[in-house]
Amino acid sequence: MEVRQISVFLENKPGQLAHMCRILADAGIDLKALNIAETSDYGVLRIITDKPRKTISVLTSESLVCSSTDVVAVKVPDQPGGLAGILDVIAEKNISIEYMYSMLGGNGTTSAIMVFQTNEKSSVFAAAGLEVLSGSDVGIEE
Amino acid sequence: MEGYYQKDIECASRDEIRSLQSRRLVEQVRFVWNNVPYYRHKMEALGVCPDDIRGVEDISKLPFLKKDDLRDSYPDGLRGVPLKDCVRIHSTSGTTGKRVVAYYTKDDIDLWDDCVARALVAAGISDEDVVQVCYGYGLFTGGLGLHGGAEKLGCLVLPMSSGSTDRQLQFMQDLGSTVLCCTPSYAAYLSETINERGLRDTIRLRRGIFGAEAWSDDMRASIESSLGIKAHDIYGLTELSGPGVAYECSVQKGMHINEDHFLAEIIDPDTCEPLPMGSKGELVITSLTKKGFPLLRYRTRDICILSEEKCECGRTFVKMSRPMGRSDDMLIVKGVNVFPSQIETVLIQQGYAANYQIIVDRENNSDTLDVMIEMTSENFSDSLSKITAQEKTLVAELKAMLGIYANVHLVAPKSIVRSEGKAVRVIDRRKI
Repeated sequence: MEVRQISVFLENKPGQLAHMCRILADAGIDLKALNIAETSDYGVLRIITDKPRKTISVLTSESLVCSSTDVVAVKVPDQPGGLAGILDVIAEKNISIEYMYSMLGGNGTTSAIMVFQTNEKSSVFAAAGLEVLSGSDVGIEE
Repeated sequence: MEGYYQKDIECASRDEIRSLQSRRLVEQVRFVWNNVPYYRHKMEALGVCPDDIRGVEDISKLPFLKKDDLRDSYPDGLRGVPLKDCVRIHSTSGTTGKRVVAYYTKDDIDLWDDCVARALVAAGISDEDVVQVCYGYGLFTGGLGLHGGAEKLGCLVLPMSSGSTDRQLQFMQDLGSTVLCCTPSYAAYLSETINERGLRDTIRLRRGIFGAEAWSDDMRASIESSLGIKAHDIYGLTELSGPGVAYECSVQKGMHINEDHFLAEIIDPDTCEPLPMGSKGELVITSLTKKGFPLLRYRTRDICILSEEKCECGRTFVKMSRPMGRSDDMLIVKGVNVFPSQIETVLIQQGYAANYQIIVDRENNSDTLDVMIEMTSENFSDSLSKITAQEKTLVAELKAMLGIYANVHLVAPKSIVRSEGKAVRVIDRRKI
C-alpha cells in the first residue's frame, strides 16, 4: 500500500521551482506534499500530487528530468510525542530511513501524515502496528 | 656576454646545419624503415622508399604522423629499438584515454639532456647555479627533463617536483636557489606568495625557465619584475623528447629550435601543404637523432611562425614563435593536455549523454577545470545519496582519465548553450 512520489531534478537557480509549480498549476494538478534535498548545484525535489501519471507526463513534456518512486505514508497523532512514538517503532524494527517529510493531513483532521523512504515495504510498517495510508487516503485520484 | 653550451653547432652556418640535417634525415629514414613497420607501411602506402629521401628538400615526400597514429600503435608500435636498449619511458595523454608512451635509449636521454643544457646556458645559467625544479617528476617530462639538463651542466639540482608551496619556499630560502623551473602560472603564484609574505629579500632567484603552458609577454614582465629575475620560455613535447625541443636565448624573442636533432616545417593544417618560411601554420617536427621513439613528420598541432632571421645572440638555429593556438581542440590545463574527447569517453562510460561543456578559468594564477554535465532520466532518482555517489564516481573517473581534478556540475537537460544547434563544448575564460 505504497504512495506514488515524483522526484524532479532542478538546478539550484532562481525561478526553477516557480517554473515547475506553474507547469503543475496550468495542468490543474494539486500538490499534496513537497520536499527538497539540495546541493550547491542542484536540488532533488520530491512531490506527491493528486495526479501522479499526469504530473510525470506534463513535466517530461516540458523537458524536466523526473522519476517516480513508492514511499510509505503513515498517520501521526498531532500531539506531543506523536512522531517520537512512531520513530521508536521504526527503530525497534531496525528500519533505516533514507529521508522523510510531512504532508497535509486533510481537512479538519487532528492527525498529521509523515512520508518515509526506507529499506522496507509498507507491509512491514503495518505489521508493526503503524497506520499506513493508501494513495486514496492522502488524496491521490489515479 | 652570451654563453653557449655547444657553440659549434648552435652557431654553425645555415649551410652546415642544412647539410647535417640532410645527412641525419637520410640515415633516420632508413633506420625507421628498417625498424618501425608501422611507419614503413605508411611510406609504402604512399609509394615512398628510403632511396627517395636524399636530403631535407625531400621531407615533404614522407607521410605525417598524427596523435591518432600514436594511439593506434600503442603501446610500442613506433618503438625503434628492442626493449633491452630502452632505459626509460615518459607518457602523455592521448585523445580518448589511451595514453601515448614514448621510449628513450641511453643516447636519447643524453641528447635530450644536451638540448636542455643548451636552454639553460642560453638563459645565462651555469654550474654555479642552484636549480629548483618544481615541474612534476614522473611520467610527465618536465621534472626529469629539466633535472637531466641541469645536472649535466653541473648545477646543484633541487628535485622538488610540483606542489607543497611552503616546502618550495623553505628550500628556496635555505638552499639559496638561483633558478626556478616550473609552469609560468606556478611561477606567478609563487611570486605572489613570496611578496605577500615579505620574502623577496630572503630569496636569491635570478633566472626562471617556464614552459609547458601558454603565457604572454605581459605575464613575463609581471613575473620578472615581481621576482627580480629574467624569465625564459622553453618548448617541447613528450612525443619528441620533452622540454628542450626549442629554447629562448638572452634576446627573449622566439625560441631557437635544436635543429641538429629536430627538423621543423610549417604546414597548412587543412591542406597539409608546406608553407614558406615566415608563414603562420602548424609546426611539424621530424626527430633526426632519436632512436627509442623516432617520429618522422610529427604534427604537433601547435600553430606558430618560424623565422630564419639572424639572432643577436649569435645562434643560427631557426626560431619559432610562442605557440599561438592549436589546430585541434586540445586544451592545456595546469600544464596537462586535455582533449574534450577524453571527457566524452568518461561520460559515455558512466551512462551520461555526450552533452557537456568544459569551462577553463584561472583563479589565483592557477587553472581551474569545470565540467557541466546534463542530467538524464536514466541517472536520476529520488535519492540524493545515489546522485552524489555518481558525481563522486565521475570526478574520480575524470581524474583517472585526465590526470587532473575537474569540478563536476550536474545541470538540467538542454541547459547547455547551443549555437545553431551545435553545442559549445569548450569555454576558455583564461586571460593570459
